[in-house]
Amino acid sequence: MIWNEAKECMSRDEIEALQSARLVKVVNRVYHNVEYYRKKMQAVGLEPGDIKGIEDLDKLPYTTYQDLRDTYPFGLAAVPKSEMVRVHASSGTTGKPKIAVYTRRDIDIWAECVARCLAMAGITKEDVIQVGYGYGLFTGGLGAHYGAEYLGALVLPMSTGNTQKLIDMMIDCDVTSIACTPSYLLHVAEDLEKAGLIDKIKLKSAICGAEPWTDEMRDQMESRLHIKAYDIYGLTEMMGPGVACDCEYHKGLHIWEDHFLPEIIDPATLKQLPKGSDGELVITNLTKEGMPLIRYRTKDLTSIEYDTCECGRTMARIQRFRGRSDDMLIIRGVNVFPSQVEAALLTVEGTTPHYMLVVDRVDNTDTLEVQVEVAENFFTDEIKSLEKLSKTVHDKLKQAIGLNAKVKLVEPNGLEHFDGKSKHVTDKRKLYQ
Amino acid sequence: MFVKQLSVFLENTEGRLDEVLKILAQGGIDLLSASLADTMEYGVLRLLSKEPDRAKQILKEAGFAARIDEVIAVVVPDAVGSLAKVVGMIHAAGINISYIYGLSIDGEGAPIAIKTNDNAKAEALLNAAGVKTLGMEDLQ
Repeated sequence: MIWNEAKECMSRDEIEALQSARLVKVVNRVYHNVEYYRKKMQAVGLEPGDIKGIEDLDKLPYTTYQDLRDTYPFGLAAVPKSEMVRVHASSGTTGKPKIAVYTRRDIDIWAECVARCLAMAGITKEDVIQVGYGYGLFTGGLGAHYGAEYLGALVLPMSTGNTQKLIDMMIDCDVTSIACTPSYLLHVAEDLEKAGLIDKIKLKSAICGAEPWTDEMRDQMESRLHIKAYDIYGLTEMMGPGVACDCEYHKGLHIWEDHFLPEIIDPATLKQLPKGSDGELVITNLTKEGMPLIRYRTKDLTSIEYDTCECGRTMARIQRFRGRSDDMLIIRGVNVFPSQVEAALLTVEGTTPHYMLVVDRVDNTDTLEVQVEVAENFFTDEIKSLEKLSKTVHDKLKQAIGLNAKVKLVEPNGLEHFDGKSKHVTDKRKLYQ
Repeated sequence: MFVKQLSVFLENTEGRLDEVLKILAQGGIDLLSASLADTMEYGVLRLLSKEPDRAKQILKEAGFAARIDEVIAVVVPDAVGSLAKVVGMIHAAGINISYIYGLSIDGEGAPIAIKTNDNAKAEALLNAAGVKTLGMEDLQ
């Protein structure tokens, strides 16, 4: 079902005209309301009048997470606090989170975007949906929740952490759909299989996001749970989940171009690339009021297709993600930068040991092992001191990245060193095909 | 009058112990005693030898994390309850014992290595009670 046919099926000319008009407006707004953006534009000699439409997009400076960090918390807000109704946040490269602020209208638009995605997955007001994303600063829980309510579905706000209760209520309440991370859904499938409950569930669809996943995972979910699985994409900085979603034809993720203006750039030269090219996805908020971002570099590598989809939607499709142009990892839906781990390790003994992050997926759950080299200054002859070191590292990491990592102490020089520059990540998951 | 103990950090992987012992043998280190404290994933090998400093250097060059600590080498008299008496004295003085292991050194009684949080005090009270302790010169 197409939720908002008037928007989702606009002709390319209509989309571009709408985008141009909205781009001009948002550029004017940030120029006049956000000092940081005004200075950035002035630094390259730009005035709002220079931006007449999407053809001028590449004149505008980029926004990166460094900008979010520099302006934390409200430096990029385009409205006074009285107009803001909510804050969300995701982890940043160092201690400070990346935050996003929303006005009431932003929350409504977000809910509609998510509703469009849910409708794309065949969900209607007749459905009963469990939201298995964390509720809180993370956008997953509340984002999916508001969208499902907006659509009129019956929502069970499960949040995370209690799989048994999720399964019990899935059966008791005749749940027909679920929104959660793909790895968590596979974990649920496994528990259902173990308990012999697969034929007791009424699940028809799943909307999975917050981490990259593969066709193989989709096949597994669909065949094991007898459902249809859809991929939903989003990022806190732009809004949250619901920026894009894939339809039943799985030909890429339809991005809601009336609210988000996508482009592909070369991450090395920072030049905008022609339509259809491979490169880094950059998105501009066209309608956001709270904290509209101009040309935000997502660091996700992909390409975009613009032809009309078999489903009838004209909204462009983000193709399979091929990786990242930075070193960010997504582990159990949590953004992790190796630099955060490094900073956390530095606080343990005042010096950074050599370390390696080993990320894997075991029984469909992401695992993070942090191998810490026990060099002479970290070594003691007493096991209890070494155990304490492990525990301290574990606790510091938990504090820094919010994940329970398995800490493994390893011999010095056991980790690869390259000309003083160490390789710090081994990702054994095959997320990018 | 403590003895110098060399400890080495070892991952619990096949052949690591073998490797470290071979390296020491190749370096001509005469081992007097060995004890391995292990966990699921790693172990600490504690060694006594006549040349602990040279042994440490050899291991360091081979890339191992090694260190030297002083432990008390106590000659426990060969009689029922002797070890209990030794430990009891240390405990009564409010000193914590980190670890104990037996030493395979020839001589009278049953020599053991004890690491405490106050080796000097522990050794002094043992000596005062007539319990003999060894020094590096006794290992030569």
